[in-house]
Amino acid sequence: MIRLAEMKKSLLVSVWFMFLTFPVMVIRVNPIENVVEWRWWNMLGIGVGSFVLSFLWRLLMKRKEAGRPAEDTKDSFLNRVRMEQKVRLPILYVILAAAMIFPFLFSIYQVNVMTTVLLYVMLGLGLNIVVGLAGLLDLGYVAFYAVGAYSYALLSYHFGLDFWIALPLGALIGALFGILLGFPVLRLKGDYLAIVTLGFGEIIRLVLENWNEFSFGPSGIANIPRPSFFGMDLSLQNATVYIYFIMVGLIIFTIFVVNRLQHSRIGRAWVALREDEIACQAMGIDKTRTKLAAFALGATWAGMAGVIFAAKTTFVNPASFTFLESAMILSIVVLGGMGSITGVICGALILILLPEYLRAFSDFRMLLFGAIMVLMMVFRPQGMISNVRRKYELKGEQN
Amino acid sequence: MNNILEVNNLTMDFGGLRAIDSFGLNIREKEIVALIGPNGAGKTTFFNCITGIYAPTGGEMFIAPPGKKSKKINGLKPNRITKLGMARTFQNIRLFPNMTVLENVMIGRHCRTSSGILGAVLRGRSTIREEKEIVEGSYAILEKFGLVSFANELAKNLPYGEQRRLEIARAMATRPFLLLLDEPAAGLNAQETRELDELITRIRDEEKISILLIEHDMKLVMSISDRIAVMDYGSKIAEGTPDEIRDDPVVIKAYLGEEFVA
Repeated sequence: MIRLAEMKKSLLVSVWFMFLTFPVMVIRVNPIENVVEWRWWNMLGIGVGSFVLSFLWRLLMKRKEAGRPAEDTKDSFLNRVRMEQKVRLPILYVILAAAMIFPFLFSIYQVNVMTTVLLYVMLGLGLNIVVGLAGLLDLGYVAFYAVGAYSYALLSYHFGLDFWIALPLGALIGALFGILLGFPVLRLKGDYLAIVTLGFGEIIRLVLENWNEFSFGPSGIANIPRPSFFGMDLSLQNATVYIYFIMVGLIIFTIFVVNRLQHSRIGRAWVALREDEIACQAMGIDKTRTKLAAFALGATWAGMAGVIFAAKTTFVNPASFTFLESAMILSIVVLGGMGSITGVICGALILILLPEYLRAFSDFRMLLFGAIMVLMMVFRPQGMISNVRRKYELKGEQN
Repeated sequence: MNNILEVNNLTMDFGGLRAIDSFGLNIREKEIVALIGPNGAGKTTFFNCITGIYAPTGGEMFIAPPGKKSKKINGLKPNRITKLGMARTFQNIRLFPNMTVLENVMIGRHCRTSSGILGAVLRGRSTIREEKEIVEGSYAILEKFGLVSFANELAKNLPYGEQRRLEIARAMATRPFLLLLDEPAAGLNAQETRELDELITRIRDEEKISILLIEHDMKLVMSISDRIAVMDYGSKIAEGTPDEIRDDPVVIKAYLGEEFVA
């Protein structure tokens, strides 16, 4: 019987854990009364706890190896949502309506948190073009985010430029930096590319930190104006809601663009490039241009997100653009499901909301967060929502 | 008949190793040419040189699309050469495994279409028309290669023989006038090899293109080739019709050794 063997293994694990934790959890020396306390109950707790956990782990692993045939069936709800317009549209409308009334139902704090989530959705969707579609591992994505944020901060500080002018400008400058970085790294791939982009991200941050005359160093730039509403200045409360709605609008725009790109000639070329670079070239795809396009487009969205970030927090400094941010955005893409728009949105929701709402657990929140990420990658390495290739039907049925 | 591919004195060095030693080969219109030789003779290296994956150390390569002036292709990038009309398959299959069969062929249409980022986002009339043309054209190619029933399968889930066929279909989607096949029969059984024989001849007859193939299956080579070139240690040791090559003592020596030469 397999179960019995599993139990035996789990039993061994629990014994091992009891032995390991014995000195710390069981023995306590009481120096005042000079006695040794033996806390056998702790030992029992650890034994039972580790046994249950290990057994559960084994069970799940077993199920994972057996595969889950239920998921592949055509009628599963997720698949229907993906495939059938009839099912998908109402759901989209409900989500949109929920997003619209959200700020009127919840507190300003919640709206602020949700705006942050949307900001990361945008960053995730941008990075998704580079990592998910074109398969270029970019660990310095936050550099473009910083470029966008500082573009708005500096343009508004020196020239008093309005948010709405700075937004496309930030996107443009982001794209420019994307191309700038793209050129030297085009010949690299995989690990080497990751290291170079990592270095680029650090360079941007260090320049911002040390070039005092230009970026005001670590003290950053404060009093960046929030977005104006037809020339009017809004109260803090209204401005927060306003930014939330700007963000919702931009997310819809982003999803629209990314969705169209994905199912276009250039989108297919990106995926082909990810799959096999040499075959891709042999099929007549210009590797250089295709990679550059991916880099530039990804950076465009980071630049845009940067402008909004600066407007939202009204303050930028280099500390907001550390490597940890890049890692976070990358986690959103990988955890959510590479190449999948819905996946990235879910990823951002979980990765940003979880630490926020886990604040109740204070000290344990990062531990829990880490544990969830590890479990996620063990049991669903393809991400929460895996990307399904589009099926084309002949006779003009495709839109 | 004009030469559509002309290679003179091609030399390729890898460090101190000379993989190809002043090799020359001409291919004419609507001709099936086989390139044979023992393992390590430099056949695939030759393919990689003429398709732009390697930059040859010396020599000249020209291609001349039917009815057009010849063009030197030394130093051109692989995608430019494909666009000029020379497409290839690979010895160890290089499909795009996580794309569908249809998408694999659609990628082949890439270099014959032009819509860019802006076109994709705005999706204007010309983009829609082009996209429709890509899908329909790709379906037509799948039909020709008997792969329509697999159209929406992922390429990696295809049986081996079908993967080989899909690679040829994908190459044909680039509308070449010269098709390069690198060991198309490798790993196929006798039945599949016979089908491949028919397929290659049919491609030549219907599409009116030339085919250059590297192959170890002598039965296949002897039955379909108009001309055979034999390569050993990077240089050409013989060239001629199948009958001439079969009896050539130099070829027999290269393949089987001195003692087999009659």
